[in-house]
Amino acid sequence: MVTLTIPEADMPPATAPEGIPAGIGVDLDDSPVRELNQALHDAVDGQSWTVTSPGGKHSLAVGIDADVDVTIEGHAGYYAAGMHQKGRVTITGNAGVGLAENIMSGSVHVKGDASQSAAATGHGGLVVIDGNAGARCGISMKGVDIVVGGDIGHMSAFMAQAGRLVVCGNAGDALGDSIYEARIYVKGSVASLGADCIEKPMRAEHLEELAGLLAAAGRTEDPAGFRRYGSARNLYHFHVDNSTSY
Amino acid sequence: MCGIAALQLRNPLLHPQLGSLLSSMLCQIVDRGPDSAGLAVYNSPELVKQGTSTLSLLGKDQGLSLAGITDGIADLLPADAGTAVQVVGDTTLVSAAVDTDLLAKAVGGTLPGATIIGRGQHVAVMKSVGHPMEIAADHGLAAMAGSQGLSHTRMATESAVTAGGSHPFSVADDLCLVHNGSFSNHATVRRELKREGAVFDSENDTEVGARYIASRLKQGDTLQEALVNLGKVLDGFYTLVVTTADSMAVVRDPIACKPAIIAETHDYVAMASEYRALASLPGIDHARIFEPEPGKVYTWSL
Repeated sequence: MVTLTIPEADMPPATAPEGIPAGIGVDLDDSPVRELNQALHDAVDGQSWTVTSPGGKHSLAVGIDADVDVTIEGHAGYYAAGMHQKGRVTITGNAGVGLAENIMSGSVHVKGDASQSAAATGHGGLVVIDGNAGARCGISMKGVDIVVGGDIGHMSAFMAQAGRLVVCGNAGDALGDSIYEARIYVKGSVASLGADCIEKPMRAEHLEELAGLLAAAGRTEDPAGFRRYGSARNLYHFHVDNSTSY
Repeated sequence: MCGIAALQLRNPLLHPQLGSLLSSMLCQIVDRGPDSAGLAVYNSPELVKQGTSTLSLLGKDQGLSLAGITDGIADLLPADAGTAVQVVGDTTLVSAAVDTDLLAKAVGGTLPGATIIGRGQHVAVMKSVGHPMEIAADHGLAAMAGSQGLSHTRMATESAVTAGGSHPFSVADDLCLVHNGSFSNHATVRRELKREGAVFDSENDTEVGARYIASRLKQGDTLQEALVNLGKVLDGFYTLVVTTADSMAVVRDPIACKPAIIAETHDYVAMASEYRALASLPGIDHARIFEPEPGKVYTWSL
C-alpha cells in the first residue's frame, strides 16, 4: 500500500532571509531557460524576479511553487507559466500557445495577446489577458478563472468543467462546445454557441461574481453589459432512452 | 510539425541583409523540422539576372560538367540567349534570356534526369536533406541579398524525407508555396489536376496545393482568390505561405491547427511559425505583431 505524504509538511514555510535583494534579474540572452526555471523552483516566498530578453522562448517560468512575483519583460513562447502553483507571473508582451496550461492556483497576467489554448485544463487560480486570446481559450478548464480584455477565438471553453471565463470583447465560433459546467460571461458578440451551450439569465449572484472577477483583473467594465452562457446539461447526462442499446 | 519563416522587405535599404535576416529566422525554427529544408530567395543579384529566366535544379551534381551543361543547353537555345550555369550549395541554377518553358525544354534535352525545383525571372529555390542550418550555410544564405525570402524546415509526414519532398514547391513562374500541416484529400485533387494536364514531380501533398494554386492563377484568379478556392477544395490542416514575384500571402485553415505569427513594420512583413523566429528582426519592439485569423487570406505586395 502506498501512503501519500507531503514531505515538507513539517518544515517551516520558506521565507526570504533578510539580506536577500528584493529583486532578482535573469537575462535569457545569458542564461538558459532550464537555469531560470530551476532558480524559480528554488525560490523562496516574497522574492521578486524579473526576466529580460525572453525572445519568445518556450516553457518560461513553469511550475512555480513559491509565493513570488515574476515579471517577464517581453514576449514569451509556448507554455509560459504552465503548471503554475503559487505566486504571480506577469508577461509584459504576448504569450504563445498554452499559456498557464494546467494552472492550479496563483495568478498569471499577460499584458499583450495570448495564442491558442490559454489556461487549458486550468484547475484554479486566475489568468488575465489584457489583449486577445486565440482559439481554444480555457479548453477543458477545471476551475480556473480567466478574464480576457479583448476577443477570444473559436472553440473556447470546449468541454469546460468548472471555473469562470470572462470575455470583454467578442467570442469566436462554437463557444462552450460540450460544456459540462463553468460559467461564461461575454460582453460582446458570440459568433456561435457550441453543442449544449446556452445563454442563461444574469441573476444578482452572477453580477456580483462577475464584478469580483473584473475587479480582480483590474478592469472597469460594467457587469450589467455582459451576458452569461453555460451548460444546458443535456449532453453529459446519460439519456434513459438509450438504456435499451445495451 | 514543420517550421516556416518568410520575410518581405519593404525598405530597399534592407535588401543586402535579406539572407542574414532570413538565416536568423530559420535558426529558430530548426526544432520544428530538422530533417530537411528549403529556401526561396527573390531578386538576389547573385542568383538571378534581370531580363533572364532562371531554373533551379535539385542537386549540385547533374552528371555533366558545368561547361557540358552550358554547351548542351546553349545548343538548344537561340544564339543570343546567353546561357549561364552555376552551382550554389546543393543546387544548380541555369539562366538564359528565354522564357522558362523554352529553358525547361533545353534543360530536359540536356539533363533528362534533372528535377526542376524553381522557375521564374525573380526567384531561386534551394533545397536539400539534412540539418537546415547546414543547408543554409552550404548555400551561403547569410550573404544573399534580395527583396523577399521564404524558408521551411520539414518534419515529414505525408511523403519520404527527400530533397524533392522538401518545400518550397515552385511549380509556376516565381510562385512558391510552403506548408506546415498536411492535406488529407491530396490524392483526389491530384487526380483532378492530372486530368487537367498537370505533371507532378513528387508524391508530396504540398505539391498538390502548389499545382492547384498555379492552376487557379492560370485561370485568372488573383492570389487571394486562389487561396480562398484552395480552402474550398483541399481538406486538411495547414498554415501556408505563398510568394510570387512581388507579393506574399499567408493563410491558415479554418480550425487553425497550425501556428503562425506575423510582424509588420514600415520596413518589412515577416511571418513565422513562432515568435522566437521574429525576435531578432530589426525594430521588432515597435512592430505590429499578430496571429493571422483562421481561414482568412492575408496578402502583401511590394
